[in-house]
Amino acid sequence: MPIIEVRNVVKRFGSIVAVAGIDLDVEEGECFGLLGPNGAGKTSLVRMIIATSPISQGSIRVDGKDVDKEPRRIKANIGVVPQEENLDIDLTVLQNLTTFARYFDIPKAEARERALANLQLFELSDRQQSKIDELSGGMKRRLLIARSLINQPKLLILDEPTVGLDPQTKHLVWQKLRSLKEQGVTLLLCTQNMEEAWHLCDRVAIMNEGKIIVLGGPQELLAIYGGRQILEASPGYEDKDYVLQKLREAGFEWQEVEETLYVFQGDDQVLDDSLRQKLGVRNERSPTLEDVFLRLTGRSLTE
Amino acid sequence: MFSKLWRSEMPGLFAEPLLILVAMGVGLGAYVTMEEGEKYVEFIAPGVVAAYAMFSASFECTYGSFVRMKFQKTYDAIITTPLNIEDVVAGEIFWGATRSFITACAVLAIAAAFGLVNSWWALLIPPLAVLAGLMFSSIAMLFTSLAPAIYTFNYYFTLIITPMFFFSGVFFPLSAFPTLVQHLSWIAPLTPVVNLMRSLISGQPGEGAWWGLAIVIGITVVFFALSLFTMRRRILK
Repeated sequence: MPIIEVRNVVKRFGSIVAVAGIDLDVEEGECFGLLGPNGAGKTSLVRMIIATSPISQGSIRVDGKDVDKEPRRIKANIGVVPQEENLDIDLTVLQNLTTFARYFDIPKAEARERALANLQLFELSDRQQSKIDELSGGMKRRLLIARSLINQPKLLILDEPTVGLDPQTKHLVWQKLRSLKEQGVTLLLCTQNMEEAWHLCDRVAIMNEGKIIVLGGPQELLAIYGGRQILEASPGYEDKDYVLQKLREAGFEWQEVEETLYVFQGDDQVLDDSLRQKLGVRNERSPTLEDVFLRLTGRSLTE
Repeated sequence: MFSKLWRSEMPGLFAEPLLILVAMGVGLGAYVTMEEGEKYVEFIAPGVVAAYAMFSASFECTYGSFVRMKFQKTYDAIITTPLNIEDVVAGEIFWGATRSFITACAVLAIAAAFGLVNSWWALLIPPLAVLAGLMFSSIAMLFTSLAPAIYTFNYYFTLIITPMFFFSGVFFPLSAFPTLVQHLSWIAPLTPVVNLMRSLISGQPGEGAWWGLAIVIGITVVFFALSLFTMRRRILK
């Protein structure tokens, strides 16, 4: 049975439709990535899943329970890592965890034990008496994840868990998330970081304008939408119309982001030399998930 | 289960009621003629207890709550746990009432040190302060759930709390006012609290004590329920 079942869910804010009819199953034990540009509806969808935002239409079940009917029982078994840091600055690092544990009705002694273990796991043991203001951004983020695990959740929901982190901390977080997955925790990851999705996710859904436009394994999506290689080109202004015309005739797909033209070259597609010249190819490389993302969600600024 | 102590801090509010009692009660009191040997400071002491119970709850559930809600995002964090927004609001209101209780005990102790407490009925003052704290916290919480920005609380204090402080019979009997103001004063939630406190501290039941109690409970119930509703609407968009 899927741990999250989203059925025809719509979210409206007045006349704005943030989520425009989504069906989605997240399987137990997988790491599922929700990708999409800003304003695609990811956060709205996640807030409905964790029962902190009413569903305008449709239904969501988490671990077999309806989020409208049993929010407390659902929330008892999930952990949430918010994008915006919301630690309690009046408490120490350790108290932040033990206080949070009390909201789950975890007995005091047990709460302390789990808090200390989680701090150790995230390499924060020596900071347990620190005030929140004394922590660096990376430490706060690690503490947020440590806090989200205090109830030993079956499902962990993370919103941009590594945004703004240095590479060392980012890799530490990824490694912890991987080991959680190995222990059987289901991960739902909202991210803009394609590298993160590539490294962690078993399956990803790319959202745009309130809908899921594609869903599949990262490799699978890359194989379907990435083509054989990517040409990064910057054609001269006067040649541009001609170049695009030629590309269209030859059946190429491309994506224009600011000054750069990303041309997706498929397995059987060949670019003739004169066109290549006019294109002004600067770089040829293997496609990444980011190219897939750009190709599917359109131009650089959708807002 | 959920009424959480957010933090422990000693309210700086203790000094202020002491100042009021000394300045107004003893200083100004020297110029005030009271009936049959009563002292002015005796008159204002119960009112000061009531007023500072009001201030503590009001500050806690306006500025304090707004900062937790809007800037520290504490509400957002808590509602991802099994607690829901109603639990958070109720916790805030009970904490506001706790602050009223602490303040009232402190002011009462100061008043007792001045020899102003004449009755064993005064033992009921702390429970009454809790009740008053619940009422003022609920009113403040409703305002907080509707406040667009933290500056809005200036209006709350200058237009609601401060007028109540002066026109609810803390410093002079309501009979000193024209009839219209007297009627207005009876609507102010602080008035019945002041009257009840005065009865308890002197040991003599004032007029309409039961009515006063009923008004306090009534206002509490209505504003408590309203604030749960409006806060849900604000937080769970």
